[in-house]
Amino acid sequence: MSSTVHSGHALPADSRRGLFGRAIDFLGTYVFSVDHKVIGIQFLFSTLLWFFVGGLLAMAIRWQLAWPWAEMPLVGPLLFPHTGGQISPEFYTVLFTMHGTVMVFLVIIPILAGAFGNYLIPLMIGAEDMAFPTLNMLSYWFMWPAFIAFTASMFFAGGPATGWTSYPPLSSVSNAAPGSGFAQTLWLLGLTFVGISSMLGSVNYMTTILQMRAPGMTMFRLPLTIWGMFITAILQAFALPVLTAAGFMQLSDRLIGTGFFIPEGLTVNGVSAGAGGGQPLLWQHLFWFYSHPAVYIMLLPAMGMVSDIMACFARKPIFGYKPMIFAIGGIAALGFIVWGHHMFVSGMNPMLGTTFMLSTIMIALPSAIKTFNWLGTLWGGRIHFTTPMLYSIGFLSMFIIGGLSGIFMAVTPVDRYIHDTYFIVAHFHYILFGGTAFAVFGGIYYWFPKMFGRMMNDFWGKVHFFLTFVFFNGTFFTMHILGAGGFPRRLADPYHYEIFAHMLPLNQLMTICAFGMFLAQIPFVLNFFLSIFLGPRAGRNPWHATTLEWSAPSPPGHGNYDFQPIIYRGPYEYSVPGREQDFYPQWIAPKPVAPKEST
Amino acid sequence: MKAFTHWSLFFLLVPLIGTAIFVAAPAMNLWLPKDVSVMGGEIDHLFYLILWLTGVVFLLTQILLAFFVWFYDARRRTEPAIYSHGNHSLELFWTVIPAFILVFLGLYQIQAWANLTMRPPEDPALEVEVTGRQFEWRIRYPGPDGEFDTPDDLYHVNDLHVPVNREVVVYLKSEDVLHSFFLPNLRLKQDIVPGMTGRVWFRAKEVGEFDLVCAELCGWGHYKMKGRLTIQSQENFQQWLKTMANEQEAVQ
Ligand code: HEM
Ligand SMILES: [Cu+2]
Ligand SMILES: [Cu+2]
Repeated sequence: MSSTVHSGHALPADSRRGLFGRAIDFLGTYVFSVDHKVIGIQFLFSTLLWFFVGGLLAMAIRWQLAWPWAEMPLVGPLLFPHTGGQISPEFYTVLFTMHGTVMVFLVIIPILAGAFGNYLIPLMIGAEDMAFPTLNMLSYWFMWPAFIAFTASMFFAGGPATGWTSYPPLSSVSNAAPGSGFAQTLWLLGLTFVGISSMLGSVNYMTTILQMRAPGMTMFRLPLTIWGMFITAILQAFALPVLTAAGFMQLSDRLIGTGFFIPEGLTVNGVSAGAGGGQPLLWQHLFWFYSHPAVYIMLLPAMGMVSDIMACFARKPIFGYKPMIFAIGGIAALGFIVWGHHMFVSGMNPMLGTTFMLSTIMIALPSAIKTFNWLGTLWGGRIHFTTPMLYSIGFLSMFIIGGLSGIFMAVTPVDRYIHDTYFIVAHFHYILFGGTAFAVFGGIYYWFPKMFGRMMNDFWGKVHFFLTFVFFNGTFFTMHILGAGGFPRRLADPYHYEIFAHMLPLNQLMTICAFGMFLAQIPFVLNFFLSIFLGPRAGRNPWHATTLEWSAPSPPGHGNYDFQPIIYRGPYEYSVPGREQDFYPQWIAPKPVAPKEST
Repeated sequence: MKAFTHWSLFFLLVPLIGTAIFVAAPAMNLWLPKDVSVMGGEIDHLFYLILWLTGVVFLLTQILLAFFVWFYDARRRTEPAIYSHGNHSLELFWTVIPAFILVFLGLYQIQAWANLTMRPPEDPALEVEVTGRQFEWRIRYPGPDGEFDTPDDLYHVNDLHVPVNREVVVYLKSEDVLHSFFLPNLRLKQDIVPGMTGRVWFRAKEVGEFDLVCAELCGWGHYKMKGRLTIQSQENFQQWLKTMANEQEAVQ
């Protein structure tokens, strides 16, 4: 095990250097900190804030879909004075573009890798910090130019309006849409900074996990959370450069007149789009070459977290630890050759569609294996219904739905009909909200005691779970039905089509549920902030868990451990027969007396 | 929620209400719209096949989950948890069976996909060109001589007329950005890429008027890029073409 030397902020507590000196200490400790825990919590707060922003955007989308062109009560006249308080069709395109952008790039990806990855990786593998602490700090601070660019893009020149997928030529020809001018340039800059941040993080995670494990922590003794993070980091490192390059190509199409994605002789809105000679489909290939692996980047760490939580509260070893790892590996490997399933009807050669169909069908298999192993973990357990456990069971239930709906879309002839309908919207919300976001909530309730040294309130946690689960399903389940009816996504007003007009009442029901889901987060926010100050003290291992992070003080001090951790066994030794306690932590020596000689 | 102890019932509601919704939806006219094409049946058949397969898996797994949540509740059970790290034959079982079903599904659909996208009709009764532009559909018929790019080409906007029971080939072009040619009642969707000419074909089996939807984001007015599909008897269609030709001549 190597130990890392820290610099900068590790000043003695009694250094009395006047107000200025103390201000510098404060900045070093809490703002420009290189401590992985501080950085993790910075990521957590930032992403939760963006979660709120993304949620507000979603509420506006739902408002328009339930009461199209109606004046928005209260906030409408303030936000859109020039339209008399109603959402304009231009602004509607901005709304769904920024909702998707915020949720994918500023919430789900950074909350998993940035917040949980940062906080948990060193603690769970027995390292004092990340391999490259300064790089780690930069990975957080590179999010800020992205925050600023994305925010600014919304307020300049109408806002980006080409969807989170940013398909050219709409996105690369300035006069194709109101927001395709400067706003789109800012959007691309934001994307680039997010990419830099992720890249810095992923290099760090891979190195740390490979190089800095405590003695005895073999790869096959790592908790599944770490396996999820590890494979995710590999996916990031290999897929992300493609997106970054594609982003630069789109930028240069826009700014210096190259024509990577613009066909020859294109005229948009009466204005020539330049020399062209490129291919719009090329962008789709490059974009999905990253963004399909990215959907697993948005899932694998969550799967790992759920596995840890489930084992802990079922008081059972995870069922099929190695098959779980192989399934994660299989998903990652196959994940690189399925991107074309987003392009079955794009105009790509249908022969190629068949190839991608076969690989996509096969990627459902590891998901199935994982599902059965989670069920196997529940089987024969002694289940304790804490809030994190409820969220994990909720994750499993919702993930099953999202995985099964994936099979419909993988079948090319069916996808020809349901592509770009609400069936897709249902699919990825079941996986990303019902799956990942539920795992994130579970993870917050579970690791909060470690992060802040205090417990969150379990009663209000359950209220939060109950309402979120009910309203989530109320919002998204019937979207499958809409999709079966052909209801297309990204339309500001679908009801002027005869065939969709009768779907309005169902949409109103969804919107009411969506508002309910938004309000259901109030108990969470209150619980979260009040518990930081008022929650009962947690102690080191409040859940009687087995993985290494629970051996450190809560919250862990700088350098994490007040002893040299040595790992003696796998991560999930719960209910070992013949032992008094129903958990046998990784760090407890098999002999009754702890070895003294370790340093 | 300490008083709330029935989490298994709570999770059981997922398969129960979920199934109820899928049963009730068609009765409430919220379902696949009427299919008026010859090939759409293959798509619907696959849709229902997957619906049954996934429906069974959905019910089994969700009910099993709810059952475990009830049966292994720590407040109910006195036995200690089973100390098991997994089971080799079980792993094999639940890998091989789904793999088998998935491979079957993958191979089974290939024919339908080939019919839809790789086997154009040899001798279509009508060829027509549809060009998408922000935010309308421009339609062009070859006119009496059956050839495009001749003076007798016929032009129309947002209303595609086709004869019933005939093979129709549609060439798809875009003038500006991506669009998608979506006919829900024919189960047909094809993105239109500027710089490329797409080709789709269908054979309608009922007369009537249906929606033509743009299904790929094409700008702020995407939602209003609405067209109509009018399927007519052969005679009415010919009649309509004639009226069109006369009108166009009168203008020139
Ligand atoms: C069980 C395996 C899965 C299969 C077979 C599958 C299949 C598909 C297919 C074929 C599409 C494209 C549909 C279309 O646009 O017509 C799609 C879209 C999508 N999937 Fe999955 N999927 C699976 C799992 C996942 C997972 C695990 C995630 C996320 C963690 C995910 C997230 C998404 C997203 C975000 C989209 C939509 C992207 C967009 O168009 O905006 N899927 N999926
Ligand atoms: Cu994908
Ligand atoms: Cu459109």
